[in-house]
Amino acid sequence: MMLPRRSTLLGGVTLAAIGATIGVTPPARAQLTIDMTRPSFEPVPIAIVDFAGDRVGADIANVVRNDLQGSGLFRSISPGSFIQRDVDANAPPRFQDWRSIGAAGLVVGSVQQVGGNIKVDFRLWDVVVGQQATGLSFTSQPANWRRLAHIIADAIYKRVTGEDGYFDTRVAYVSETGSRSSRVKRIAIMDQDGANNRYITDGRTLALTPRFSPTLQEIVYMAYGEDRGPPRVYLQNVDSARRELLGNFPGMSFAPRFSPDGTKVVMSISADGATNIYEMDIRGRGTRRLTSSPAIDTSPCFSPDGTQIVFNSDRGGAQQLYVMGAGGGGERRISFGDGRYATPVWSPRGDFIAFTKISGSTFGIGVMRPDGGGERMLTSGFLVEGPTWAPNGRVLMFFTQGRGGPVGLQQVDITGRFQRSVPTPTEASDPAWSPLIPQ
Amino acid sequence: MRLIKALSAVAALAFLAACSSEQQAAATSGTSTTVAPGSVADFTQNVGDRVYFDTDMSSIRADGRQTLDRQAEWLKKYTNYPVTVAGHCDERGTREYNLALGERRANAARQYLIAQGIPASRIKTTSYGKENPDPPGSDEQAWALNRRAVTELQ
Repeated sequence: MMLPRRSTLLGGVTLAAIGATIGVTPPARAQLTIDMTRPSFEPVPIAIVDFAGDRVGADIANVVRNDLQGSGLFRSISPGSFIQRDVDANAPPRFQDWRSIGAAGLVVGSVQQVGGNIKVDFRLWDVVVGQQATGLSFTSQPANWRRLAHIIADAIYKRVTGEDGYFDTRVAYVSETGSRSSRVKRIAIMDQDGANNRYITDGRTLALTPRFSPTLQEIVYMAYGEDRGPPRVYLQNVDSARRELLGNFPGMSFAPRFSPDGTKVVMSISADGATNIYEMDIRGRGTRRLTSSPAIDTSPCFSPDGTQIVFNSDRGGAQQLYVMGAGGGGERRISFGDGRYATPVWSPRGDFIAFTKISGSTFGIGVMRPDGGGERMLTSGFLVEGPTWAPNGRVLMFFTQGRGGPVGLQQVDITGRFQRSVPTPTEASDPAWSPLIPQ
Repeated sequence: MRLIKALSAVAALAFLAACSSEQQAAATSGTSTTVAPGSVADFTQNVGDRVYFDTDMSSIRADGRQTLDRQAEWLKKYTNYPVTVAGHCDERGTREYNLALGERRANAARQYLIAQGIPASRIKTTSYGKENPDPPGSDEQAWALNRRAVTELQ
């Protein structure tokens, strides 16, 4: 499936609030909220009824259940245990029926065909206090039903956690097939939940390290040519598949990443054994060198306000993390623990930098504050590498491999409490999480 | 390519089993005549197309210097091949850093060959990081063989 263009979506999705139908407000403490920053909490039990009115309604409910359950913050109650079977999408439910199966929240919805489009309404009921928590209505093309489901899941997540959701997003990654010694590595893009997978490169040469532009319209990645020459960085339009080389440098260029405003790409360029960081203006193609060391400076990533760049360098011996000004200069080391630090990525919220850490024979994914303080490891294993942030800065995706085993994607929340694998059609590595898809 | 290498290895083993220790020494030091002198196979089998590195290092080891000396001698004799030195790493590093480390290893081998008199213009470098393990494997033995710079004849 082609990604819908932004303009199509703007024209195709409309959104309206649905007013509350009753005004009962008991002074009970609401349990349909969750504070993710607390040291411990139980997942919110939530009942999601198949949406009424159309066959796609059950599919929409399934996507919403899967999104919420997969976040680790919700427990989706099995529909088989529901007591009220005749719940009306537009009237208050029998709250006692839902309380008695332990639900704190109840989601009901309906689907209508309206002149070639579908209109999807949903309400989130706070079962504990017995009132509507939120209600929204969307209209879009029928082919967009999965996106509508993700948007609904995001609305529920936001109402319950107070944080923006991350379900209406995509993931670019490296699809890996074939034997270890003749591996085919292609860039692929899928929805965050593994649906709508498609390939962006043809697999004739190795392609690695895809990164989204802020609008999701373009990706940058590194690929080898057909001539056994050094790999180079390419910019590719996701819809048209038109691709262009970003700079024809004599040495290899790699590790690209967009600036937050999408006007620049930072990357590493190697020459004579040294690897330095450069930025390129996408329109004018002017190139500026940002670091000048005889060492390896790579994996640059902008702060979300665009004023700083974090990168890793072995200029002091082992690989460590450094932060510098966006135009270069003022470089300072921020990692000081035992081991080697790599692949730093700045949270979209600005509060943390996630990284890969290699200590002895173990790899780990951790976070630290941008000043280097508060280092905390979230997960570890034989190989865990390459974290990427969900747009809300609360969840990380990365890739993992057991000794000699298959490589695949996993996600973990920033507390490290909840980790799970992410389904992919093939073995997969090097995920890049997109921002929320523009509506 | 891989099949040819494997077959010639089997042939060499059979040959070694039947020969005296003097002949073994001759065979391993590169005077085997089973391939045409000056061919790619001659280079990979009799000269040695690759040198190995210690963990996270890019300095040429003593065993690597011997291989590169033989490579330089051969390349001076057979001047029709431009070469690309491809650097590789084991899987115990991160992808982007290993791309750079592989380039650093390729560059170290290139500089050594230049110092032995091979024109700089004749030698390009590239890096595959940890993407092309040879042999595949997840143990110390495989990793030691994967930390390599391979001189490829064009």
